[in-house]
Amino acid sequence: MEILVALMLGVLTTCGVYLVLRPRTFSVVLGLTMLSHAVNLFLFSMGRLHSNAPAVIGAAEQHADPLPQALVLTAIVISFAMTAFVVALALRSALELRNDHVDGVDKEEEPI
Amino acid sequence: MTLLLILLLPLVLLPAPVLLRRFPRAAVSSALLAPALILWLLLPLLPAVLQGGVLLWHFDWIPTLGLSLSLRLDALAALFVALISGIGLAVIFYAHHYFAGKPDAPRFFAMILGFMMAMLGIVLSENLLFMLVFWEMTSLISFLLIGFYGQKRISRRGARLSLFITGGGGLALLAAILLMGSVAGSLQISEILAQAELLQQHSSFPWILGLFLLGVFTKSAQFPFHLWLPHAMSAPTPVSAYLHSATMVKAGIFLMMRLYPVFSGTESWFYWVVAIGFITLLVGSFVAIFMHDMKGLLAYSTISHLGLITLLLGYGTEAALTVAVFHLINHALFKAPLFMMAGSIDKAAGTRDLRQINGMARHYPLLAVLSFIPTAAMAGLPYLNGYFSKKLFIVESFQSSGSGWFALLIPALAILGAAFSVGYAIRLFHNTFFNGKPQDIPNWPLPAISGWVYLPLACFAALCLWIGFWPEVVLHQLVEPVVQAAQGNVALASDFSRYDLAVLQQYPWLTGISILTFAGGLALYSTRKALFAWHDSLPTVDAKDIFESWMSWLIERSQQGVHLVENGSLQRYVIYLVLTALLFTSWPLLQLQQWRGELALMPVDPMSAGALVLLMVMAVAVAVLHRQRLIALLFTGATGLLITVGFARFSAPDLALTQFSVEVMAIFIMMLALSFLPQSSPKEKVRYRAKRDAVVATIAGIGVGVLSFAVMTRPQQTISDYFLVNSVPGGGGTNVVNVILVDFRGFDTLGEIAVLAIAALAVFALTRNLRLKGHTPSAEHIDAWHGYAQPYPLILRTLARPLLPMALLVSAYIFLRGHNLPGGGFIAGLITAAALSLQYVACGIRWAQVRMLTQFRPLIGAGLLIAGLTGLGSLWFDHPFLTTWFSYFELPLIGKFELATALLFDLGVYATVVGSTMLILANMGRLMTIHGPGKEIG
Repeated sequence: MEILVALMLGVLTTCGVYLVLRPRTFSVVLGLTMLSHAVNLFLFSMGRLHSNAPAVIGAAEQHADPLPQALVLTAIVISFAMTAFVVALALRSALELRNDHVDGVDKEEEPI
Repeated sequence: MTLLLILLLPLVLLPAPVLLRRFPRAAVSSALLAPALILWLLLPLLPAVLQGGVLLWHFDWIPTLGLSLSLRLDALAALFVALISGIGLAVIFYAHHYFAGKPDAPRFFAMILGFMMAMLGIVLSENLLFMLVFWEMTSLISFLLIGFYGQKRISRRGARLSLFITGGGGLALLAAILLMGSVAGSLQISEILAQAELLQQHSSFPWILGLFLLGVFTKSAQFPFHLWLPHAMSAPTPVSAYLHSATMVKAGIFLMMRLYPVFSGTESWFYWVVAIGFITLLVGSFVAIFMHDMKGLLAYSTISHLGLITLLLGYGTEAALTVAVFHLINHALFKAPLFMMAGSIDKAAGTRDLRQINGMARHYPLLAVLSFIPTAAMAGLPYLNGYFSKKLFIVESFQSSGSGWFALLIPALAILGAAFSVGYAIRLFHNTFFNGKPQDIPNWPLPAISGWVYLPLACFAALCLWIGFWPEVVLHQLVEPVVQAAQGNVALASDFSRYDLAVLQQYPWLTGISILTFAGGLALYSTRKALFAWHDSLPTVDAKDIFESWMSWLIERSQQGVHLVENGSLQRYVIYLVLTALLFTSWPLLQLQQWRGELALMPVDPMSAGALVLLMVMAVAVAVLHRQRLIALLFTGATGLLITVGFARFSAPDLALTQFSVEVMAIFIMMLALSFLPQSSPKEKVRYRAKRDAVVATIAGIGVGVLSFAVMTRPQQTISDYFLVNSVPGGGGTNVVNVILVDFRGFDTLGEIAVLAIAALAVFALTRNLRLKGHTPSAEHIDAWHGYAQPYPLILRTLARPLLPMALLVSAYIFLRGHNLPGGGFIAGLITAAALSLQYVACGIRWAQVRMLTQFRPLIGAGLLIAGLTGLGSLWFDHPFLTTWFSYFELPLIGKFELATALLFDLGVYATVVGSTMLILANMGRLMTIHGPGKEIG
C-alpha cells in the first residue's frame, strides 16, 4: 500500500508542478490545488499509514498519529483560503489586463 | 562611567544646534559645549592614564556574537580624545565665523558632533566589532560632509568616491577583525593583544595582516587609496581641517598603533608598511607642489605626512614609534591652522587658486604672520615642532632600515621627500602672501576677515612654538606614555628607556642635511615655472572620471545581469523556484543508501488500490486536459473527493470531513471564476517548454514519491504519545485531533484562523472595485432574462430551503461533538457555509441577501475576538495564555455533559470560518449578478 500511496503522491506532485508552470492563470490555479493536495497528503503520510485506527480515545485499540492530522486539517482550510485568493487575483488580473497570461502580457492574443 | 559620558556627550548635544538654528550664537555655544565638556571630563583622568593606567568600562551587548559595549581609556586613547575634542573645539569656533550669515551652520554643527561621537567611539572602544561600528559611522558622516554642498556635481562625485574607498576598506577591516576574533577567541582588544604571538604564528596571519592593512590604508589615504582625499576637498574648509587632516584620516594610524603589538616586528609588516608609507610620502609631497588649488596642495601634503607616520610605524622599533606619535601630534597642530588660513582666504577672495591669489600679506598682514609659524613648522624650520619630528625621522631612517641597498635607499629617499615638502611649504606661503599682486580675484576689493578667526590660528601657532622650544616636555610627559600604551605595556616598565633628544647630537651632520633639504626646496620652488610647464604637458588623469566610468560600467553590467534573471516573466520565476528546490532537495535524497525502510508494508486491498489508481488517472487527466478548462475543473473536483475517501480509509475522519466540505467550496469558487475567463487555453507557442516542464515536473514527482516512501517505511518516533495520553485527563476530550487544535496547539490555530481571515479580506478587497469590462449585461439581456425564465432551477430552489435548517442542525451537532468525536469548529463552519451558499446558488444573490445575515466581516472579527478572549481569559485565572478549563455536570433528563472553555475557543474558530468562507463566496458570486459590482456584501 505504501508503494501505491507514494506513487500517487508522485503523480499528484508531477501534475501540480506541470500545471503551475503553464502560462495561463487558470491552469496555475488548478496546479496549486493539485500541489496543495499533494502537500497535505505528504504531511499526512509522515504519520505513517494506519487502518481502522482513528485518533479518538476509546474508538479503537490503536491510534493513528494525531499530530499530522491536526496540522493537515488547518492546512486544508488555509490552502482553501489561498486558492480563493489566487482565484480572485487571477480574476482581477484577467479583467484588468484583458488577458489571462501569468505574465500579464500576451501580445499575440486578442484581449478577452 | 565617565568614559560613556565622554562618548555620548556629542550625541546628546547633537540636536541642540538644529533646534537653536534661529539663534546662531546659542547654536554655536551648544556645539562648543560638547568638546569643552569632554576636555573637562578628561582632565582629571589624565594623571592616572599617563602613569600607565587603563580605565575600562564594560557592558555585554550581544554576548553570543562576542559584541560588547566596552570602553577603554589608556594614554593612546587619551591622546586621541584630546586631539579630537581640542581640535574640534577650534574647528567649531572657526566654523561659526566661516559660515557667518549662511543658513548651513546648524546642519554642519550637528554633523560635526555626530562625527565627533563616532571618532571618540573608535578611539575608546575596547571591543573591535564595536569599534568597527564607529569606523563605518565616520565613513558615512564623511560622505555626508564631503557632499555638504550636494547641489554641486563635484561634491557629489567626490563624496561617492570617498565612500566607495573608505567603505570598501571598512569591509576588509571587518573581515580582518572577524578572522582575528576567531583565532584569538575574543574580540576584546586587551585579549587580542595578549595573544599577539598566537596570532602571528597562525596560518591565517597573512590574510589578517593583508585585510587589516587594506582597511587602515584606505582610511588613512595611503597610496594607491589616497585618491579620495584630494577629492574630499570639495567639503567646506572646517571639514577639511577637522576630518581630512586631523582626525578621520588618523583613524587608520590609530588602529595601527592600537594593534601595534599584534602586527609589528613581523617581516611582512615591515616591508609592506614601510614600502607603502614611503611611496605615499613621496607621491604626496611631489604632487603637492604642482597643485594650484590651495586645499589640494594641503591635501597632498596631508597624504605625504600620513605616509611618513605609516612609514615610521612600519619600522617596528620603539624609537620609530615614538617619533610617529610625536609627528602625529605635530601634524595635527600645524595642518589644521593651515586649512583655516586657506578657508579664510577662499571665503574672502572667492577663489583658492594659487595662480590668482598672490600678495595677500598686504591685505591680511596678521594672517600672514600667524600662517608663517605653521608653514615653517611643516617645512621643518628650527624652534618649531616640525623641526624635531623631521630630524628624528631622518635619524630613524638611518637607524632602522636594515642592511644592504635598502639601508642607503631609504635615507636618500627620505631626504628627497623632505626637500619636496620644503618646496611645497615655500610655495604655499610665498605664493599666497607675496609673489606679486592678486590677479582676477572675484571678490574685489577684498573684504576684511573677522578678528575672531585669528583666535584659533593664534592658539595653534602658540602650540607649535611651545613644542618647538620645549620638545622634551611633550616627548616625556605625553608621547612616551602613549608609546608604552601602544606597545601594550599596561604599567610603565622599569627598564623604560627614555627617548632622548640627545640622539640628535650623535649626528652632527644632521644640520647639514637640514640645510640640504632647504636648499633643495628652494631650488624646486625657484624653478617652478619650468616645472609647471612640464607638469602641464603631462596627460591629465582625473580619478573621479575613472571612478565614475568604472561605476557606470559596473552598474550597466549588473543591470544586465539582473534583467537576465528578473525579466518580468512570472512563468520563468516559477521554474527557477522549482529548479532551486529540486537542486537542494535532490542532493541529500541521492545520498540515501536505502530507500525502502524496515517497516512491514501494509497489505493492499483491491478497493483501496482501485481508488488510488483512479485518483492517479484523474490527476493525470487534469494535467493532460488542462486546456479544456471546465473538464479539467471537474476532474480536479473528482481528485479532491477521492482524496477525501483516502483520508477516511487511512484513519483520519476529521480530515475526510474537512476535505469534503472544502472541496465543494473550492470547486464552487473556481467555477464562478471560470465564467469570467476564457473557456479554453490557447495552444502554447513555445513547443519545447511544455516538454521541458513535463520533465522537470516528473523529476519533482519522483523526488516526492521516493521521499515519502522512504519515510513511510521507516519506524516513527513521535511526540504524539503525549497528546494521546493527556487528551482526556488534560484536555477533557477524546477526539485527540480536535483537542490538539483547540487546546494543546491552540495558539497555532489562532494564527491559522487569522490567516484565513486575512485571505478572505484580501479577496473582498480584490473584488471590491473590480471593473467588469464588457461583462455587464445590456438592457436587452436583462429583459430577456426577466421575460423568458427564472434563471434558478425550480427543484433546487424547492429543496434548498428545507435543507437549510437541517444542514444547520447537522453542523451544530458536528460542532458540539467535536471535542469527543470527529468534528469541531472548522468542519462545522464549513458545513454551515456550504448550506448558506446553497441558498445563494439556488435562489440568487439578491434573494439571499434580503433574507440572510450578511455581516460577514463583523462575523470574522467576532470570531477572532472570541478565540482571542478565550485565550486571554486563562490569564485572568493565572494560567498561561490559552489554557483550557473543563468540568462535567449532571443535568436531569440529559445526563452527564461537559463544559469546556475549549468549546468557546472552537466557537471563535467556527465563526471565523463561516465568515471568511461566506465573504469569499458572496463577493465572487456578486460579480455574476446582472447588477455587477454594485453594493458590496459583507
